Amino acid sequence: MDIFIQQIINGLVLGSIYALVALGYTMVYGIMGLINFAHGEVVMIGAMVALFVIKALAGLPVFVTLPLALAAAAGVCMAVGFTIERVAYRPLRRAPKLAPLITAIGVSIILQNLAMLIWGRNYHAFPPILPTSDHEIFGATITSLQIVIIVIAALMMAGLTLLVQRTRLGRAMRATSENPPIAQLMGVNINQIISATFVIGSALAAVAGLMVSANYSIAHYYMGFMLGLKAFTAAVLGGIGNLAGAMLGGILLGIIESLGAGYIGDLTGGFLGSHYQDIFAFFVLIGVLIFRPSGLIGERIAERA
Amino acid sequence: MMAITLDSLRTDKRSALIATAAIGILLAVAPFVVGSALGNSWLRILDFALLYIMLALGLNIVVGFAGLLDMGYIAFYAVGAYLYALLASPHFGLHVPVWIIIPAGAVLAGVAGALLGAPTLRLRGDYLAIVTLGFGEIVRIFMNNLNAPVNITNGPQGISSIDPINMGGITLAKPLTVMGVTIPSLHAYYYLFLALTLLIVFVSIRLEDSRIGRAWVAIREDEIAAKACGINTRNIKLLAFTMGASFGGVAGGLFAGFQGFVSPESFNLMESVMVLCMVVLGGMGHIPGVILGGVMLTVLPEFFRHSAGPIQQALFGKILLDPEALRMLLFGLALVVVMLYRPAGLWPSTIRRREFRNGSASDVLKEGE
Repeated sequence: MDIFIQQIINGLVLGSIYALVALGYTMVYGIMGLINFAHGEVVMIGAMVALFVIKALAGLPVFVTLPLALAAAAGVCMAVGFTIERVAYRPLRRAPKLAPLITAIGVSIILQNLAMLIWGRNYHAFPPILPTSDHEIFGATITSLQIVIIVIAALMMAGLTLLVQRTRLGRAMRATSENPPIAQLMGVNINQIISATFVIGSALAAVAGLMVSANYSIAHYYMGFMLGLKAFTAAVLGGIGNLAGAMLGGILLGIIESLGAGYIGDLTGGFLGSHYQDIFAFFVLIGVLIFRPSGLIGERIAERA
Repeated sequence: MMAITLDSLRTDKRSALIATAAIGILLAVAPFVVGSALGNSWLRILDFALLYIMLALGLNIVVGFAGLLDMGYIAFYAVGAYLYALLASPHFGLHVPVWIIIPAGAVLAGVAGALLGAPTLRLRGDYLAIVTLGFGEIVRIFMNNLNAPVNITNGPQGISSIDPINMGGITLAKPLTVMGVTIPSLHAYYYLFLALTLLIVFVSIRLEDSRIGRAWVAIREDEIAAKACGINTRNIKLLAFTMGASFGGVAGGLFAGFQGFVSPESFNLMESVMVLCMVVLGGMGHIPGVILGGVMLTVLPEFFRHSAGPIQQALFGKILLDPEALRMLLFGLALVVVMLYRPAGLWPSTIRRREFRNGSASDVLKEGE
């Protein structure tokens, strides 16, 4: 039973990180119908910037370095996200559907290799920012860092929900995703809204990047790829284009993955080991999509009439 | 301009004949020219370009003709390659002849394609993309881990010393002597791959003009309308997956025989993405465009690989930036720039280009600035 709760806790931590990244994918998809393939690399850049700011400010107290690192990472990521949209996606809004997918892949390759040029191809150890104190919950342990990750992720998700549901900007975003031409007739500046979407998504990605590298205490120029893939899977699992779906999908995926890694050996009598962890995400995804082709809480959109 | 000359080719039989002959001669002497001018490493790249053309043409059936976005296509390449590796290497001590393995690879990959296609028939565009992507990853992860408890794929180490392609007692691994002319191994592989590529091109062209090909295009353009016209969309979509996958299986088998070594690393997601880029960058659904895309995306990274170091050396006297990172950086830039300036691909079909030019202007979102 302890192992079960332990895996749930680990899954919750991992899942809240996935959820933050998935939100970035789903927001962009909801508004533009585009898979922003480069989003995983934005997460990686966030992690790298945060890591190097924390290293540079070593010696200062945590409540100084952490906000500074977060601010720097978020700033850089927002700039990167804004630039990506302007350079690689905006000129292609009239283009065939797959063209922006290819530029997205191109941007992803560019960002990855820029990161390699700037930070080298080594793994970087993430300095411990919080005291590693363990807390006991139902016989399982949870570190302070994990608590902080879950709390911050929950706050960010609540904040985003408020932003989208309660503010003028949020209303404009919803209107744009509903029907861009009509939104424009109602006085919404679509270009601004799309830019804002990318900037917000990138800020979330920066936070997620800091979290994931703090959690595994490692950062690497290639880390964004698999993370982005998983997060995108999470977004699709929940129903892409749907904010609540991304959150649900992310957390579910995190929990399924860590439970799977914990129990796969027992379930298959030792035939499959925990290195099959990455397979779970995809099996669950395929299973869900066979029965619910638009994701768990995606709207049932009729095929175009 | 290109379109005009092509159209005139189609009408004017004599110039068509001359053009065909010229292309034929060019293809026949290409390995000798490349081999002597640029060396064996470029000859290998040429061989790989042919393999990638086969893959791109296979994916073109799924993505280009039928409009089903498949991002795990490399899995079928892997199926073909691993089948060859398992049946013709010391790993199991089996040495099955090549004319059994390659067709078997095509069939097995086709079955895998149908298995992937069946559960995904209901999915719309981007959902299909992620499921196929997941399928590709599942195949790769299994190949990476099926070394315990029973060693089937030899895990991450891969399978080595695979038999070279051997036809009727003639092995392509050593220089061949045909009628007094010695053909080095890389050249022999080139001609074999060229023959199969031409076969695949021929099949693709015939498929495109067939009833099935037109049904694929109808599904791509509007699935509901296609259904209403009496097309059995389920079977036709499954057929697209199966046919596309079987091309991949053939290319995979050839790859294993050529390389002599397979490991899961050769079949990662980046490879799927690369093949997809070839199709889209070249011109989706247009066979000459896809071939161009295949050649470009094989040659371009290699060109950058060979030039990224020396050019820096020449310009600055030392290597400032990691050439490997720089080459991929340039490659990424090339992808973005080409797509920005030619969103319908480098060489789109005339119909598609026309469509694109008077695209639906009603959509304000697509107005851009």
